[in-house]
Formats: sequence, structure tokens, C-alpha cells
Amino acid sequence: MEWDWAFVWQIMPPLLEGLKITILATVLGAIVAAVVGLVLAIARRSPSPAIARPVGLLADFIRGTPLLVQLYFIFYVLPDIGIRLSPLVAGVIGLGTHYGTYAAEVYRAGIDNVPRGQWEAARATNLSIRQTWIHVVLPQAIPPMIPALANYFIAMFKETPLLSAITVLELMNQAKSVANSSYRYIEPITMVGVFFLVISLISVVALRFLEERYARVDER
Amino acid sequence: MPSPIIRIDNILKTYGPLTVLDGLSMDVMPGEKLALIGPSGSGKTTILRILMTLEKINGGHIEVDGDQLYHMQKAGSLAAADEKHLQKMRTKIGMVFQHFNLFPHKCVLDNITLAPMLTKGETKTAAEARAMELLDMVGMAEKAKHMPAQLSGGQKQRVAIARALALSPKIMLFDEVTSALDPELVEEVLNVMRKLAAETDMTMLLVTHEMGFAHDFADRVLFFDKGRIVEEGKPDDIFRNPRQERTQNFLRKIIAAGHRV
Repeated sequence: MEWDWAFVWQIMPPLLEGLKITILATVLGAIVAAVVGLVLAIARRSPSPAIARPVGLLADFIRGTPLLVQLYFIFYVLPDIGIRLSPLVAGVIGLGTHYGTYAAEVYRAGIDNVPRGQWEAARATNLSIRQTWIHVVLPQAIPPMIPALANYFIAMFKETPLLSAITVLELMNQAKSVANSSYRYIEPITMVGVFFLVISLISVVALRFLEERYARVDER
Repeated sequence: MPSPIIRIDNILKTYGPLTVLDGLSMDVMPGEKLALIGPSGSGKTTILRILMTLEKINGGHIEVDGDQLYHMQKAGSLAAADEKHLQKMRTKIGMVFQHFNLFPHKCVLDNITLAPMLTKGETKTAAEARAMELLDMVGMAEKAKHMPAQLSGGQKQRVAIARALALSPKIMLFDEVTSALDPELVEEVLNVMRKLAAETDMTMLLVTHEMGFAHDFADRVLFFDKGRIVEEGKPDDIFRNPRQERTQNFLRKIIAAGHRV
């Protein structure tokens, strides 16, 4: 088996198409995860057990089952009850909620790190609960957790090939279809690895930067 | 004779099996400066926290400025206060904390303007003008753009006083505001409070271990022990001629520990 550069250039356009979808799914998934995580984290802190308990159980359930099973469920089972989603939308929802439950733990730790005195000062200055979250707690809680969140998003990026199982035409799926029609696997699959490696390395450098920028513990 | 601005009636406060306030009753007159002294765990800080609605009470009633603090009239009967009622009541009360609790992600000026803009709908211009007046009063005007982390403890506490004043409360609560400060920074904070007492007719409740300051500042001193008021009176009576043995013991220990009276 020999490496064929001409074949590499020939398959580059569909691979780049796939890479675009992979990045799109990652970015959208990250946004969904960031929002879902925040909602879960705040709901789990609710003083009402009727909210906190079911939300906690749901998060544990999602974390405790494989992403691939969830993706199959969203894409192949939900249509049985009339919810039909495009592959990409189903994939983004799957990735986003799955990683949202992990992000929720990060948020929870970040929120717990905001000293009780900050909540009390907010109440003593008569801020509403909503204003306390928006203006006092989250602006202090979020910066220190950005590196940990970014870490999960890099992990999520590397899980996007699972979306090929629900027919999303992301990088891995494009590579598979190229390979299946040409009967050459070495170039497409190697290139998939290279693309993931390059982007992961860039992300890790960006992560180091974020860690230096935000992980400092400010003097209160 | 005006009626009391604060009426505390038979308050019970427990933490699990521990009773912190045991049927406490007291009145505070408008404009009165009150010093609450006593050993740690005697319940004096808890009273301030209850008045600021940072704690729930397990029994009794509190009336502030003519309204129930933890209760409200609902369909003709007395019900537990909801968040809206508590918010209305909190406009009457401000608090300064032992550990300042400035918002570390906001500069000095924004620390002060945040609440007036959010809770009273003040414009940025009006809120900042008022904040600068207050910063000037506490001697911190030139630090308006600094972040809290850049300030000394005494400076932080003076900003915290300005932040509480920005909401124009009728009642100010000072909870051991100099306890976390290095000794050389205590005086600058006490000076601000003296000025405040001289220039305003706000009602002030002060929990402190600074007996000398309590003596000069207060119209009335309350000595707390085990969740009850053991003795109260004019500063001279409490500090020079305490009648109760527990008060005498406490003051003796405080003096032995090096505090001025």
C-alpha cells in the first residue's frame, strides 16, 4: 500500500466540506452546551426540591448513558412521536445536551466558589434574585471556569465523528464515503486524523492562553 | 413622643438545636445610635442579619418604619412576606459588613452605582454624581476608578459605607466593620462613621468590639449574652457602672485584652 498524494488532493474538496460541518456542529454544540449547562446548574440550585430533584436526576441520566445511544434516540426514535429533525440539528442537540450536563458541573463549581458574602451584599443593596445572578454572581463565576469549559468543548470536538452514525455529512462521514467508493482507506482516514490533530493542537494552545488569562484567582 | 422605627417583638432564632435569639424584644427610636456589645455567639450580629433579611426568623414579629418586616397583610390576615414585600422593606435598610463584600469585578464607582441604577431606576449620570458626592464624603473620590483589589481594607470599608448610603436607607446596620482591619486602618473607618453620625439623622445599629468608639458614638448601649439583652443603658452607665455581673465580667475581659474603654 502506497501513499498517493494525487489522491489526497483529489479527495480534499469533500473532506473540507466535511470539516466545515464538523466545526459547525462543534460550535453550535458548544453554544447549546453552554446554555443547557447554565440552565441545569441554576435549576439544580433552586430552593424548591420539585425543580432541583428532577433536574438533577435528568442530568445524571444523560451523563450516565452513551452519547451514541442518545444520538440514535433523537434521530431515529423521536420521529415515531412526530419529532423529525435534520441530521445536523439532531446532532447538535445531542452533543449540546450531553456536554451540557458536564458543563453544568463546571458551572456549579464556579458558582459555589462565589463567596456567600457576595450574595449577601447583593441582597443588602436590594438587588432582585435575577439581578444578583446577572450582575454579581455570574460575572464572577464564569471567568475562572472558562478553561474547564473549553476543555470539554475540545473533548466534544473529538466526539463529533459519532454524528456520522446519524448521517451527518461531517468529516468522518465524508472520509468513509470517499473510501467506500474508491476502496482506498489510508489517505482519507489519515487525513481525518491529521485534521483533528491540527485543530486539537491549535485549541490546546488557545486553552493555555485562556488558562493564563482567567484561571488567576483574584483577591476578593 | 415619636413611635419606634424598629420594633422587635419576641424574636426566636434557632440554628438546628442551637437557640441564638431567645424571645428577644427591643425598640429603636428614629435617629437613635445603638451599640450592640457582647461576647461572640451572643446573637448581636444575628439581629443585624435578621433586620437585613439575610436570615429567617423562627418566631416573633419585627416592625420597621410602620410595616411588618417578615409578614404582610394578605386578604385581611398576616401572611409570610413574599420577595416583593421584602424588597420594599429592604429599601429602608442598609448594611455594612465585616468583610466589606465589595463586588470584586466592578470598580469603586460601579460598586456604588450598580444598585441605585438597577433598583431605583436612576440614570447613570445621576447615580454617578451621587456616588462621587458619597466618595468625597468618605475620602475616596480619587479612587473612583480603582478596583477593590487595589484598595486597603480601610479603603474598601469606606467604599462599602458609601455603597450602602447610595440607596438612602433610613436605617444603617454596621456589623463589626473594623474587626477585619489592620489596627492602623481602624481609625479612618471610625472617622467616617463619626462624620456620618454627626451629619445625618439616620438610625444606626452598630455591632462592635471597639468599646471606646461605642461609648462615644452610641446614645444607648445594649449588652447581649446568650441571645438575650442582659443590660442596657446610656454609654456612661454601661461602661462605668455596669450593674450586672455578666456585663462586668465581659468588660473586664475586653479591657484585659487591650481594648480601650
